[in-house]
Amino acid sequence: MVVIWWKKRRGIVCEQAVRLMAGYLDGVLPEADRARLEAHLAECPHCSEHLAQLRIAISAAGHAQPDDLPEKAIDDLVAVFRRWQRE
Amino acid sequence: MDDHQLVERLRGGDEGAFVSLVRQHQPGLLRLAESIVGNRAVAEEVVQDTWLAVCKGADAFEGRSSLKTWIYTILVNRARSTATRERRSEPVDNDAYHGCFDSSGAWATAPVPWSEKVDDEIVARQFAKLVSQVLPDLPDAQQQVLLLRDVEGLPAAEVATLLSISDGNQRVLLHRARCSIRRHLENAMGGEWS
Ligand SMILES: [Zn+2]
Repeated sequence: MVVIWWKKRRGIVCEQAVRLMAGYLDGVLPEADRARLEAHLAECPHCSEHLAQLRIAISAAGHAQPDDLPEKAIDDLVAVFRRWQRE
Repeated sequence: MDDHQLVERLRGGDEGAFVSLVRQHQPGLLRLAESIVGNRAVAEEVVQDTWLAVCKGADAFEGRSSLKTWIYTILVNRARSTATRERRSEPVDNDAYHGCFDSSGAWATAPVPWSEKVDDEIVARQFAKLVSQVLPDLPDAQQQVLLLRDVEGLPAAEVATLLSISDGNQRVLLHRARCSIRRHLENAMGGEWS
């Protein structure tokens, strides 16, 4: 009985789970929090889905590189570089 | 070529090293500068000043952070001292999860599952384009953290230092930005791809 009560006390609800996700994704959660979150994720499809969606958002941002430079922009900067060299 | 070789060549006045740095970093620097000064033309000037400062200061680069972080630090300092507009501040009640949970802490509405429908190609093509489109609408501070962390891939501690914010604050801003992006992707999934 005591063990069951203790486990219940230690479990977290979804709201707590999502609030731990920022630290989790950065790998900076204290071990106890990480264990609690992972235990919740193992049982909660909603929070698992939310985390999967956040990971997709991160990966999409990782692909969101700005457009390549026009050659003209590079030439302009090279001109600045050459002026500086002559100074 | 690693950071030290590049800097060594830059110190020696090597134009090729300069061009290679410009190709690598100019687009990202420009986008970040624009998010700070709020104007493309001013951003271009700020980035040009930054390159001059990088060339002149190459002797001072000690390699304690990556060359990329060092260049971005110079840019942020210049852009901030140039910024002429009011910074768009965070809305006070900008909790990414406002209204998402009921009083027991359970999801008020279960998240719509869509992650399994997304493959790498959608992420790399459509979603990445969407991120670039919605980025300018994020509050400035969120935009800057997201650009540096998730787009440019700089480490958390270096981003906090270069933006002069605490590590915790950096993480909160990043998380809010990611949540906004996630919402935009979800809307897109609800439309075109579902
Ligand atoms: Zn949950």
